[in-house]
Amino acid sequence: MPVKLHVDKISLSFGGIKALNEVEFQVNAGEIFAVIGPNGAGKTSLINSINGFYHPQAGAIIFEGSDITHMPPYKRAALGISRTFQNIALYTNATVLDNLMAARHIHMKTGMLSGALFWGAAQREELAHRRRVEEIIDFLEMEHIRKSIVGTLSYGLRKLVELGRALALEPTLLLLDEPMAGMNIEEKEDMARFILDIHELQGTTIMLIEHDIGLVMDISHHIAVIDFGVKIGEGAPAEISRDEAVIAAYLGEEEH
Amino acid sequence: MANIHPAGVFDTTYEQDMSVDRTARDKLWKNLAFVALLLVPLASVSGPLELGWISDQYVGLIARISIFVIAVQGLNILVGYTGQISLGHAAFMAIGAYGSAIMARELGFSFWTALPASALLTGAIGLLFGLPSLRVKGFYLAMATLAAQFIIPWVLRYPLEDLTGGPRPLSVPAPIIGPFVAYADDELTDGEPFAFQAGDPYFVDVISLELTDATAYTVVELVNPAGDVLPYGDVSMTVSRDSAGNITRLTYIASKAGEYQAVVRAEAGGSFKAVVRRSKALSFATDIAMYYIIVPLAVLLMFLARNIIRTRTGRAFVSVRDNDLAAELLGINVFGYKLRAFFLSAVYAGIAGCLLAFERNSLSLYAFELDISIEMLAMLIIGGAGFPLGAMFGVTFIRILQEAFIPFLRPWLADFLPQLFPFVDAVNITSAINPIVFGGALIIFLALEPRGIAHRWEVLKAAWKLRPYAY
Repeated sequence: MPVKLHVDKISLSFGGIKALNEVEFQVNAGEIFAVIGPNGAGKTSLINSINGFYHPQAGAIIFEGSDITHMPPYKRAALGISRTFQNIALYTNATVLDNLMAARHIHMKTGMLSGALFWGAAQREELAHRRRVEEIIDFLEMEHIRKSIVGTLSYGLRKLVELGRALALEPTLLLLDEPMAGMNIEEKEDMARFILDIHELQGTTIMLIEHDIGLVMDISHHIAVIDFGVKIGEGAPAEISRDEAVIAAYLGEEEH
Repeated sequence: MANIHPAGVFDTTYEQDMSVDRTARDKLWKNLAFVALLLVPLASVSGPLELGWISDQYVGLIARISIFVIAVQGLNILVGYTGQISLGHAAFMAIGAYGSAIMARELGFSFWTALPASALLTGAIGLLFGLPSLRVKGFYLAMATLAAQFIIPWVLRYPLEDLTGGPRPLSVPAPIIGPFVAYADDELTDGEPFAFQAGDPYFVDVISLELTDATAYTVVELVNPAGDVLPYGDVSMTVSRDSAGNITRLTYIASKAGEYQAVVRAEAGGSFKAVVRRSKALSFATDIAMYYIIVPLAVLLMFLARNIIRTRTGRAFVSVRDNDLAAELLGINVFGYKLRAFFLSAVYAGIAGCLLAFERNSLSLYAFELDISIEMLAMLIIGGAGFPLGAMFGVTFIRILQEAFIPFLRPWLADFLPQLFPFVDAVNITSAINPIVFGGALIIFLALEPRGIAHRWEVLKAAWKLRPYAY
């Protein structure tokens, strides 16, 4: 399988704190890759580095064979990297539909002038993308909230809308930062089903951060474990669950 | 069977769902309102039909409202949609106004070319003052735009005083279309005054004096109906000279009706060939004629802004306003779109400034000071920032309050306020009635309807569509 993303020994520090220390791993195209680790281990810093909000001081991030370490976030989005946030960053004053339409930005061409006239090509483009957005709404089963203002929706639904917005970019690499945090069991199951569907139907490579170990073990193909900014283990779910360093990080060491 | 309307709007296609006018009835009302607006000057006292149903002052009022609707809509794009505060909007209007006036006076631009040229010039300068938005947000950005509000009028007043007249008013020629084919050609003889009838407020005469084959220094004079010799610096006059400095052509746009005189005198022994050519042109010197430039242009610009807002660019603006981190994540170049918003906002301000210059025929720097910038922000807040019709509601409300309601209440307020504040000098209070009412209105809106009139309007419209049900 070709390598989709290669995180090549990146180090990131904030002042004296080393958030990431020579973290290296590869995500293969078409797999579900999970990153786990205790709170404060550097998981979100890792995702922020991949999508460009943080710039690692050392190391490189290689996406589809090209170095994107110094690329601004908006250009990485155009390459096909999309993400969700742990604490939801939607446009709360806009409708679900507008949130998803805003995410079609990189796929649209209408500029200021043609948009101002809203004639011919601009109108056709608007319609075509509206259809695509409706497909995503249909896929995530949120037709009933299509016109609701995001600020009025429940937490679980907002998480879903954010997933929809990430999908509207038609990414080839989807980064999910704790997609199931704060959800009840039914919502978690729904979310897991959507993640598997996205993976199977669209062949999207998915990299997720999650705390629910049982769920991560169930759905991911490959897992990396991070603790205090250092990668302490990597492998298939079955290997990870037997790895002593991982058990120590999560459960604490036995006293000898 | 009676005609039963469904409660609510039920779309069957995405086109319908996306359109601005959701029902045929919406569209009809909007078109009727536009036609009614166009009929206002025809029904005014000095309108061509002489109906006298509407006082002339309302024609001017609607034109001035329209100009400020354009400016405030520009501010709405920047502040309401993109979330970047600007305290320099009046200064951008000043660039549009003085830019177009100087282009018309010094560079021989017509109104029709000066309008887009000054709008683009303002846009470029807006772009320049938008650069700090790369690094600073909120109050800090407000301070940076405040710099524009002080620098631009200062530059216009002192370094460019030769062009702008500094603190003195600057006159601006009226826009014309034409001149069309010449209808009269008369040859002049040395020293003999030639008299002719010309001038009409709408269909003006363009008088063109052409001089050829002059062998000595010649003096060219044009005398208006009042008997005054027109000075060469008159805004309606353009003079071309040859390399030796002699006049070869003098063009004058005669809008005052009456008898004009042309005289050409050559110094002793000289000879020349001079022709007075008269042709007609359509003039926009009157309030009513300017109305037909300003109001349709305002409607067009509101339409264009509405479309920009609901398509890709507008969604990018809103993304930048609501969450700039998430906007980057969606592939939106945040700084690029902030600059686009500054540009667009300044273009709208420039157009408004240009219209203001040509509507008043006279410009003064006092019309573009900081209080006007703040007044425009207040209009936007009262009307509804971030709503397509916010600018229209805000400007209309404040201008009607200032120009119709306050004069009506003034006698009563002048009586009542000194009783309320006996410790303040009565003269000071009466001069403060305008700001008191304006400030009062702003406080009432901020407390009771911070989202503005446009929000209330949308709530009402939605409720009306759903009648008789509430949901």
